[in-house]
Amino acid sequence: MAQKDVTGQPSVQELIAKSNSKKQKKVIEKLIPFILLLIASVSVLTTIGIVFTLIVETVIFFTKVPVLEFLFGTEWFPFANTEQQFGILPLVVGTLKVTVIAAIVAVPFGIASAIFLSEYASENLRRVIKPILEVLAGIPTIVYGFFALTFVTPLLQQFIPDLKIFNALSPGIVVGIMILPMIASLSEDAMTSVPNSIREGALAMGSTKLEVALKVVLPAALSGIVASVVLALSRAIGETMIVSLAGGSTPKFDWDVTDSIQTMTAYIVQVSSGDAGYGTTIYYSIYSVGFTLFLFTLLMNYLAHVISKKYREEY
Amino acid sequence: MMEKVLEKASSMNNQSSNIVYNTQQLNLWYGNHHALKNIDLEIKENEVTAIIGPSGCGKSTYIKTLNRMVELVPTVKTSGKILYRERNIFDADYGVEELRTKVGMVFQKPNPFPKSIYDNIAYGPRIHGIKNKKILDEIVEKSLRGAAIWDEVKDRLNTNAYSLSGGQQQRICIARCLAIEPDVILMDEPTSALDPISTLKVEELIQELKEDYSIIIVTHNMQQAARISDKTAFFLNGEVVEFDNTDVIFSTPEDKRTEDYISGRFG
Amino acid sequence: MKYIDHNSVVKRMNSRLIVNRILKTLFFLATLFALLTIAVLFYRIITQGVGYLTPEFFQNFGSRFPAKAGVKAALVGSIWLMCVVAPVSLILGVGTAIYLEEYAKKNKLNDFIRMNISNLSGVPSVVFGLLGLTIFVRALSLGNSILAAGFTMSLLILPVIIVAAQEAIRAVPKEVREASYGMGATKWQTITKVVLPSAIPGILTGAILALSRAIGETAPLIVIGVPVIIQFLPENLLSQFTALPMQIYDWAKRPQLEFQNVAAAGILVLMMFLIIMNSIAVFIRNKFQKRY
Repeated sequence: MAQKDVTGQPSVQELIAKSNSKKQKKVIEKLIPFILLLIASVSVLTTIGIVFTLIVETVIFFTKVPVLEFLFGTEWFPFANTEQQFGILPLVVGTLKVTVIAAIVAVPFGIASAIFLSEYASENLRRVIKPILEVLAGIPTIVYGFFALTFVTPLLQQFIPDLKIFNALSPGIVVGIMILPMIASLSEDAMTSVPNSIREGALAMGSTKLEVALKVVLPAALSGIVASVVLALSRAIGETMIVSLAGGSTPKFDWDVTDSIQTMTAYIVQVSSGDAGYGTTIYYSIYSVGFTLFLFTLLMNYLAHVISKKYREEY
Repeated sequence: MMEKVLEKASSMNNQSSNIVYNTQQLNLWYGNHHALKNIDLEIKENEVTAIIGPSGCGKSTYIKTLNRMVELVPTVKTSGKILYRERNIFDADYGVEELRTKVGMVFQKPNPFPKSIYDNIAYGPRIHGIKNKKILDEIVEKSLRGAAIWDEVKDRLNTNAYSLSGGQQQRICIARCLAIEPDVILMDEPTSALDPISTLKVEELIQELKEDYSIIIVTHNMQQAARISDKTAFFLNGEVVEFDNTDVIFSTPEDKRTEDYISGRFG
Repeated sequence: MKYIDHNSVVKRMNSRLIVNRILKTLFFLATLFALLTIAVLFYRIITQGVGYLTPEFFQNFGSRFPAKAGVKAALVGSIWLMCVVAPVSLILGVGTAIYLEEYAKKNKLNDFIRMNISNLSGVPSVVFGLLGLTIFVRALSLGNSILAAGFTMSLLILPVIIVAAQEAIRAVPKEVREASYGMGATKWQTITKVVLPSAIPGILTGAILALSRAIGETAPLIVIGVPVIIQFLPENLLSQFTALPMQIYDWAKRPQLEFQNVAAAGILVLMMFLIIMNSIAVFIRNKFQKRY
């Protein structure tokens, strides 16, 4: 076996034995997992960094502004010369307005598209439509913001003459369009994972396709659909550029959607693009707003996670 | 007993009125694959008709054609006629939904809906317009009794059907099928995914159901066909090789190929 | 006793089928709505911006005058930014994915890492901006440089790359690995010589899609304090710079109508950038797609 052949060449096994420097190999094999663990810990460090940053700066902010005023104050006037007001509710309300309008657009359209794609569309049609939805999902939000400001708002103004240039309606609708593909595609995934045998069972009893979709598939996929909606709304809450461009910068504590608003994200952008000196109350306020935003989205993502875990149907 | 046999004998001679399904020159293609070739078959009321044959012989395709479920495959083409109660099921004005409310189907693998047992059974009556809770309750009980599973599940009608064993799930599916009071029940290898004891229960059930329903059952299990059916059709390569009373098929088949298959020489 | 009257079932059937048809049409129209939006959006931006896509547009820096405004600094800045984000996010993302798929045992620490990654992907980009501002811009004194922005963006798209790389690695069948081990290869040799080569198309496709997200992201750059009006090109990684989405944001905000068209032209440049990257992703996916 390990004999030299006639030409005097060493055998493969001999070459292997010679080249295998066992020591070096062992060191590498031991070192690699450790290095990879270090790399993997970067993602954990990022989370820790985010939480730590937000908490530290928010705590400093609360030495300047009382917590209760921040949580329950209904006025947000950080740029006032004399009496600054830091009640976050107007920003939260601004965010909610946009999110609710986005949901009103995205949930029915998204779920309807999901039903069409998963229950009605032919394989060929699906292969055309799905990539287009992916394109829609890949458009940068700054482009959507531009679209809201220069197209949707003027369009809406033709129907609602009182609509201001900056308002909640237009960015709300466009945020809805932005999250629509997410709801459509995740809900479609949830619906297509319902096995065909169950559909056949329903069809064989004389159900129409609509009855199969609404009474069998939809209930079976409900947890996945709800989770997709919650995830998408969390995305809407964190959306920044559309509301910065088309929503305005007037924090208001009311439910008027035709007037200028300000969301939490838009406030952070407004302060950052201006010259808020390091160390001022305004500087720290963006962290407190960021922290509030972070908690909102964290809560919603956790909710989505729980829903999709807990109510997963077995079939 | 004697009367029944006589009745059956006489009904076998009696034409047309008691024929449920009359298949005439049926051909079916999946794309270019010619899966069913010139099928002629008459299926009678209140009998169990077994369809046997090796894998890929077209027996499943045939039974799925009887309620047009086969058309879920987009490339399917058919020619010929299937008369159900003297009406061609391929007629343009014959809706598949209408046909399927009269022809129930039980599938290879149990496929209850991911709903409670009660909602599974009530699904059919509900979509067909029955909303009265009391009537629904009665239908659920009657159907579950009919499928011989009432005693096992009566105390937990609100639990998810997927918490039951495979054999119980299959009987739930049979009950679900009975709930819309079909005329014919198609069974596509209903016991192939079940253990022997569950299989026995389903077979007993089929014997009982025969009193009220016409049953067409596809099976790859020849003993099963011999045990439960009145008529047997032997399919091979998309053709009907032989169709006769079950005891004839299993004792004195006419065709050499039938004999070879029955005696286990292939398949 | 019969509960179901088949005649009435047949009578009701028609209306059920009509409802089915109506709803099917509605579902289709809802799907069409998304497609229509995309068509209108592209149509608007192309008609607005195409007139400004002149050679000068690519050669000019930002300007107060619409006719003289250009994307030179922004385009070059975006390319510099990608030169940081691509290697950093790939090394971190693929390293993490290899660790999780090949080395990580099922224990609390690794479960925590996994859960943490999925949480991280839900954090709004503007919050990543705050992280970058505190850690990279201030604590590490990188200022509003390419490096600070690049690190921030890398962390932002890290979860996407990790998940894509995990999926690509998981798709390599066990048998292939076993064949390598069966010849006496070590774990690391198996990973680098067998697993990664087959996983690379999937990893690259996911990475390019993630990078195209980073190119279009605006909010973190604003929070970090990336300036808009810049009249020079960056010289090294610590230079100040501006990027395409920043420039577009600035133009879109300006009150003069002219600047809307300039912004549309900027968007067209950004979209071309994205289309090129996505075509590369599609090309890689088609060219190297292997079937086991």
